[in-house]
Amino acid sequence: MNILRIIEQLSEVDADVLGRFDSRRAVFKSLGNTAKMGALAAAPVFVSSLFSKAYGQTTTPSVVEVLNYALTLELLEEDFYKKMTAAGRVPAGAAAGAIATILKHETAHVKLLSDTIRALNGTPVTNVKFKTSAFPADYPTQLVVAQALEDTGVRAYKGQAGNLLGKMAGTTSLLQVALQIHSVEARHAAHIRGMRMQPAWIPASDSNLPAPLGPVYTGAIREDNVIQSNVNITSQLGTPYSANDAAASFDEILTMAEVLDASRAGGLVQG
Amino acid sequence: MADLADTSFSGRALRRRTFLRVASATAASSALVLAGCGNDDDDPTPVPNGSTGTLVLAGNDTGILNLTYLLAQIQASLYQKVVTTPPADFTAADTAAFVDMRDHEVIYREFYKSVLGTSAYDNGLTTALEFNFTTYTLTTRKGAYEAARTLEDLAVGAYNGLGRRLANSSYLRLLLKITSVKARHAAFVRDQAEPNSFAGPDVISSTGNQAGLDTIKTPVEVAKLLAPLVPVVLVADNLMTL
Repeated sequence: MNILRIIEQLSEVDADVLGRFDSRRAVFKSLGNTAKMGALAAAPVFVSSLFSKAYGQTTTPSVVEVLNYALTLELLEEDFYKKMTAAGRVPAGAAAGAIATILKHETAHVKLLSDTIRALNGTPVTNVKFKTSAFPADYPTQLVVAQALEDTGVRAYKGQAGNLLGKMAGTTSLLQVALQIHSVEARHAAHIRGMRMQPAWIPASDSNLPAPLGPVYTGAIREDNVIQSNVNITSQLGTPYSANDAAASFDEILTMAEVLDASRAGGLVQG
Repeated sequence: MADLADTSFSGRALRRRTFLRVASATAASSALVLAGCGNDDDDPTPVPNGSTGTLVLAGNDTGILNLTYLLAQIQASLYQKVVTTPPADFTAADTAAFVDMRDHEVIYREFYKSVLGTSAYDNGLTTALEFNFTTYTLTTRKGAYEAARTLEDLAVGAYNGLGRRLANSSYLRLLLKITSVKARHAAFVRDQAEPNSFAGPDVISSTGNQAGLDTIKTPVEVAKLLAPLVPVVLVADNLMTL
């Protein structure tokens, strides 16, 4: 029984599967001990209880929770671009124009998500600010952070789509709206990457970058992943493809816990 | 991988030329194509490309994946054409970018084909469909990027419209993994065609209740936009009810 394979398959369906297990390291540990003792026959029982714990006790986040999570990221981005504009290091012309366009979109996302949460009788989060001490003084490093925020946003929305499947606000499909934001974040990310002379799509090597960018491309499913639905893209499609093409052609999710981790966006929020 | 056995989609909807000619002249052509093609094993010769058949997409996940498969085929074919005969004013960087995007689209094409298996619309066809790009100017750098822009923006809008129509959440996950890469392609080729247009107001609304949101295209809109490119009549009506 290959438990890692099972978890990998589950992660295709449930973005937060690893988050569910994360707080239950002890269960993993006892599973390992069981195997060591040679009581292999008991392993399936342990596996079964592992899953029932993971799924039995952890509730799926509510729609409002998902939207507030998205709103938190949008507020963080909006405040970052406001600070970036105020810092006055962005070259006038094309660069300033691009940052203004992106800021305008983030502000629109903040308004849309806040309005939607209110329409669902929820309370939108407010006052999320980019940590002052983490704000870079120089323009090139500001762009590094912008890339980190945008590529994190792409992965974060992707990670929550399953939780919005079939969810509505009146006659509006919340999944559809989330997808419409998701692809805007990807356009932003591509452009910021271009401003840094990086490829618009994410090469496998990005998963090995030092912080702050590296963690953006890691996680339970790293951006250099080459396996989709159990198909190894490099070797199982008839013609072989490079690991770089296989990794770049599919973006991957980040779970809520991963995004909010201190090594990623979570560490950029003013405490 | 989800079970595709629930589909009513016929992989042989593009069968015999004579049959299809009759079918396309009939009001209820979609039903006829599906009903009629299920039982023509006596003549297994697939239609060669250039035929005037009708491709009816089924109203389920298989129909959706066949549409994304077709999009990947078209885009891979366009990029391949440009890579094979690059415009005279293409730089080495332009060619490298088109090779990358060609490779991504070929991977999508082969991946969808593998996911669909015998449910792929062209399963059993001996020759793949050939697409018509004569509406584009592929002999100049500007024209090549504009053609890429049209198709990448269309693909993003199509994917954004298809997500909520999927029943299976693992397909949704897969589509989204590809959607954002298509949006990256779109932003990149837009910037090359016209500087700083990565998220211009023609694709991301500036005002109203769609402000800050990317395009949505319904399956029928996608079929209409693809019509000049594909050598078959593409019918996506069944996807509209999803």
